[in-house]
Amino acid sequence: MEQTIIDTANHLAGYAAKAARVKVVAAYPITPQTTVVEKIAEFVENGEMDAEYIRVESEHSAMAACISAAATGVRTFTATSSHGLALMHEALHWASGSRLPIVMTVVNRAMGAPWSIWPDFSDSLSQRDTGWIQFYCASNQEVFDTVLQAYKLCENEQVFLPAMVCLEGFILSHTYTPAKIPSQEKIDSFLPPYKSGWSLDVDHPVSHANLVAPDWFMEFRYSIQEAMENAKRLIPEIDRDYGKRFGFEYGGLVEKYRCEDADLVLFTMGTMGSDAKIAVDKMRKEGLKVGSARIRVFRPFPMEEIRKLIGNAQMFATIDRHISFGMEGFLATEIKSSLLGQKDTPKVAGFIAGLGGRDVSSETIEKIAKKSLKWMDTGKVEEETVWVDLRK
Amino acid sequence: MSKVPKSRKDLPLTPLSYPTFGSMGKTGSWRTFRPEVDYSKCTKCTICWVYCPDAAITRQNDDSPKIDYDYCKGCGICANECPVKAIKMRREEE
Repeated sequence: MEQTIIDTANHLAGYAAKAARVKVVAAYPITPQTTVVEKIAEFVENGEMDAEYIRVESEHSAMAACISAAATGVRTFTATSSHGLALMHEALHWASGSRLPIVMTVVNRAMGAPWSIWPDFSDSLSQRDTGWIQFYCASNQEVFDTVLQAYKLCENEQVFLPAMVCLEGFILSHTYTPAKIPSQEKIDSFLPPYKSGWSLDVDHPVSHANLVAPDWFMEFRYSIQEAMENAKRLIPEIDRDYGKRFGFEYGGLVEKYRCEDADLVLFTMGTMGSDAKIAVDKMRKEGLKVGSARIRVFRPFPMEEIRKLIGNAQMFATIDRHISFGMEGFLATEIKSSLLGQKDTPKVAGFIAGLGGRDVSSETIEKIAKKSLKWMDTGKVEEETVWVDLRK
Repeated sequence: MSKVPKSRKDLPLTPLSYPTFGSMGKTGSWRTFRPEVDYSKCTKCTICWVYCPDAAITRQNDDSPKIDYDYCKGCGICANECPVKAIKMRREEE
């Protein structure tokens, strides 16, 4: 039976793992992720969820446990945050290279030092090149829906890659909102039992991910790149199918809002995308042609979708909750890279905002938009990268 | 060694190896020290057979160990584990 509950994004990630009939969960606590695995512990303890719940001694071990479990051909889940994700780094490559469709909730939290428990994307974006698919969510409902969509995608035989479902700490992780949980029967028909691409079997022993000499290594790497391209094609299809079945759809790779005739497009990730929509509505009332494009999937990066937005737009503004020190935000880099070599490309202004959990409100985004519109009119982007609301 | 792929289409998702004898060749040539069993001291407890990391020790019919010198790398774990010191490590040139 479908039910509407009022709960946090972390608990909804737990509900999603249960709904996906996950068979192995590796759990290690870290703020602000802990309540994800706490919720799952509750489900396993009270018998609502039939899963092995492995309490490990570190995040590196959590990922090692997930890799081993997934290698036996079962659906596997874990969750982490910030320094925990960083500690997993080496194992993340083993998961993707072994082509194991593990799904992990990453509750975004700034990397120290200085110590912080509040959100930015410095943790998950540091893992950009690990071969993991990366989703970024803007609401509690989207977290639940994306965990299910991620399994559907990752277990597709044209993909077989792991995925991170990222959500910002506290803004979503500990905030209660209403959310719909579809009936188990409908979820089961969307997400059938997992069929692995290969698996460990005691009757037919193999060892995996072994030494590959230089003459074949590149081909294995290319197969991951192909899988990412396949994912880029499949994500919008899966999102549409999910929307038809359950009523929630997120624009596939990019959630576009009032972009059709926009002079200026605002690029965001995560919850900033929701605030951007409010800012767009307000500015539209003032007669300003502004649109919002929330990048929902950062890897694979939706280059083609970005190019489709060139159309009328004379100006792109990227808002990064992240900084690649010595350069700019990753979103700015990827957007500029997508535009290179295209005709009549808009100018791009990069903004850094919301690091370490500083609030990015719709007013902040409006301010960013108005500065960008000014530069659009004068034809000159005066600062390559603007740190929003930085103290003098 | 498993079969060598001809093109990318033949590749598995991840490289898989099947159990086989000595896919790296005869690794006994790596040895500096050679384990030698004194069968008069051996109690046939099979501990050396359990501990050999290269499965280069087999159990004979009477449970006494037989070392396969084609693959024994001379790590000395068997000699270290033997509870009655029935295995001695000697330099190859001796």
